[in-house]
Amino acid sequence: MESFGSFRRKFAPWDDPAAKPYIRFENVTKTFGDFTAVNDLSLDVFNREFFALLGASGCGKSTLLRMLAGFEEPTSGRILLDGQDLRGIPPYRRPVNMMFQSYALFPHMTVEGNIAFGLKQDGMAKSEIDARVGEMLKLVKLEQFAKRKPHQLSGGQRQRVALARAVAKRPKVLLLDEPLGALDKKLREETQFELMDLQYKLGLTFMVVTHDQEEAMTMADRIAVMDHGRIMQVATPAEVYEAPASKFVADFIGNVNLLEGAVEKAGSGEVEIAAATQGLTIRADTSKALSSGQNVWFAIRPEKIRIGREKPVDASFNAVEGELWDIAYFGDMTVFHVRLDNGDLIKASSLNAVRKVENPLTYDDRVWVSFDTDAGLVLTA
Amino acid sequence: MQKLITAIAGRLVIVVPYLWLLLFFLVPFFIVLKISFSEVAMAIPAYQPAFDLSQGLAANFEKLKKLSLDNYQWLLDDALYFKAYVSSLTIAAVSTVLTLLVGYPLAYGMARAPSTLRPTLLMLVILPFWTSFLIRVYAWIGILKPEGLLNQFLMWAHVIDTPLTILNTNTAVFIGIVYSYLPFMVLPIYASLEKMDYSLIEAAQDLGCPSFTAFWKITFPLSIPGVVAGCFLVFIPAVGEFVIPDLLGGSQTLMIGKTLWSEFFSNRDWPVSSAVAVVLLVILIVPIVLFQRAQARAQESGK
Ligand SMILES: Nc1ncnc2c1ncn2[C@@H]1O[C@H](COP(=O)(O)OP(=O)(O)OP(=O)(O)O)[C@@H](O)[C@H]1O
Ligand SMILES: [Mg+2]
Repeated sequence: MESFGSFRRKFAPWDDPAAKPYIRFENVTKTFGDFTAVNDLSLDVFNREFFALLGASGCGKSTLLRMLAGFEEPTSGRILLDGQDLRGIPPYRRPVNMMFQSYALFPHMTVEGNIAFGLKQDGMAKSEIDARVGEMLKLVKLEQFAKRKPHQLSGGQRQRVALARAVAKRPKVLLLDEPLGALDKKLREETQFELMDLQYKLGLTFMVVTHDQEEAMTMADRIAVMDHGRIMQVATPAEVYEAPASKFVADFIGNVNLLEGAVEKAGSGEVEIAAATQGLTIRADTSKALSSGQNVWFAIRPEKIRIGREKPVDASFNAVEGELWDIAYFGDMTVFHVRLDNGDLIKASSLNAVRKVENPLTYDDRVWVSFDTDAGLVLTA
Repeated sequence: MQKLITAIAGRLVIVVPYLWLLLFFLVPFFIVLKISFSEVAMAIPAYQPAFDLSQGLAANFEKLKKLSLDNYQWLLDDALYFKAYVSSLTIAAVSTVLTLLVGYPLAYGMARAPSTLRPTLLMLVILPFWTSFLIRVYAWIGILKPEGLLNQFLMWAHVIDTPLTILNTNTAVFIGIVYSYLPFMVLPIYASLEKMDYSLIEAAQDLGCPSFTAFWKITFPLSIPGVVAGCFLVFIPAVGEFVIPDLLGGSQTLMIGKTLWSEFFSNRDWPVSSAVAVVLLVILIVPIVLFQRAQARAQESGK
């Protein structure tokens, strides 16, 4: 069986037509004055799913979560949770908890007090509260900080308290607005796996907002890429990366070379494109129905391009010559920027699989870049 | 050289205010203290100096031995003074509570108003300071007197048939103090409410609190530093208030400021009135120290 990427777990209710969505946004629009923050958006999220919202700053991610939590009402459209229309239900009666972008810890309460807050509100028995708080503290590894106030904690510890406080009530849905924004890279990566673990163990549905695409790809079952209040694509991380629905998504996620061109020959399953780039003919596999002369873009990731000094055996298609313009060394891999003779740049990367290289490529070398027919994707939008 | 100048300038900036305090607070205080140990005299000034530097050290030492605590004894012997102190503290305390009850909702409303409106609201709170305090208190006489604006309005609205007696009662004093000191209550509470992060309220609601509970569990506790500051800023000056009880209060309104005034001007008993003032200061030192502590603590936890 062929698939994009590797499986984390066998969980794909979105492919099952009989599966009922747990959270459903139906044509939701939210306007602030004459500004539209969320624009006629429809989205299904399934029970126990780890769902990530990805998008540039100001594209409406927080607004979407805040509507689900009940802090904003949709201007039009409706939001259903487990089949129930949420309109008019105040935040304190929704089985949804939120971890705030700013953490919003209560400064006058201890770590314990913060975590117990929601439980006390529910009228839980004292002994039960103590047990749950202890459990939560253990979960986020803050047992010895129970009596501290938030201002006596580090950024990472505060973030954990916020998480514990939001999880303590065992909400059906946990909304996390940039939960790891304040952490350094290493702690962030650790916490990502902790979050995934937690979500799996407690069997919750997570909706996470993030700026960081790597974070979204690591954690999420599915990713929604948003732009200006609309959803551009909803798919698994591997699909979003390997089969972006549009130029925008291809460009937004990861690195990509976008080559414009016109369809020369459209056959069944294959297409030949005359790229606008000097003398490059592209042959690519595609399942799209294209017509001759149609304007298209060919999207190809840098790691799927080969680079070398030798001219490929068949250089009549999918190969072009240029000059090595820039080299970015990242340790695990190197990205080469090749400048074609007409000035266009193509990025190609290669894995540094060995420690020592004989006669490495260097600045100003003449090089050839080439790729296979299934390495890239033909996009029409 | 440049460094030296800035260093000296830096010192000066610190020294000048302290000099100011020394000159205009401590020195007068010691003069009052000195007078309070002296004996009354029918002269100008109206007291027998307890000591006089022009007479040489030995003579002064003699006088020092004669320093009397008589005036303080006098305060203890006459129940009037004790009653006046207690009554002052009570009136100040009641007024402080009333000011808080009026000021808190006002400050809350201001802090929750749209941010474009807030500077205007703040201006309106400070606006009364632009006219003289005395004139504003006089204006209240016009409002509260039997044939004043308030009674006219109430009678016109058929709420009452006979004019209410408000002027020259303690009620009028409370109204006067609440009105005059309201900004001192509103401003610190507003400051503490305004800097509060609204997402805390949202977080509380998210965790199951209706708005009213969220107010008592989150907003109010976080505004306590402002409440404490406001209460002290009203209470401390209200204890020694003279103008308001004198103009709005009646003959039964007993406040230490009035007592002090009559000792000083009517009885021309400078030593006793000085003793009254010194005791008042000592009484007020307790809340002042408490206030300083609370401020320091608020600063500590605000970090
Ligand atoms: N209460 C509001 N009044 C007016 N405009 C608002 C309000 N809340 C959000 N907006 C606007 O709606 C847009 C979307 O805001 P939102 O907070 O959802 O963005 P975001 O995607 O979460 O961005 P970020 O990644 O920076 O957090 C922004 O342009 C913002 O200015
Ligand atoms: Mg946001």
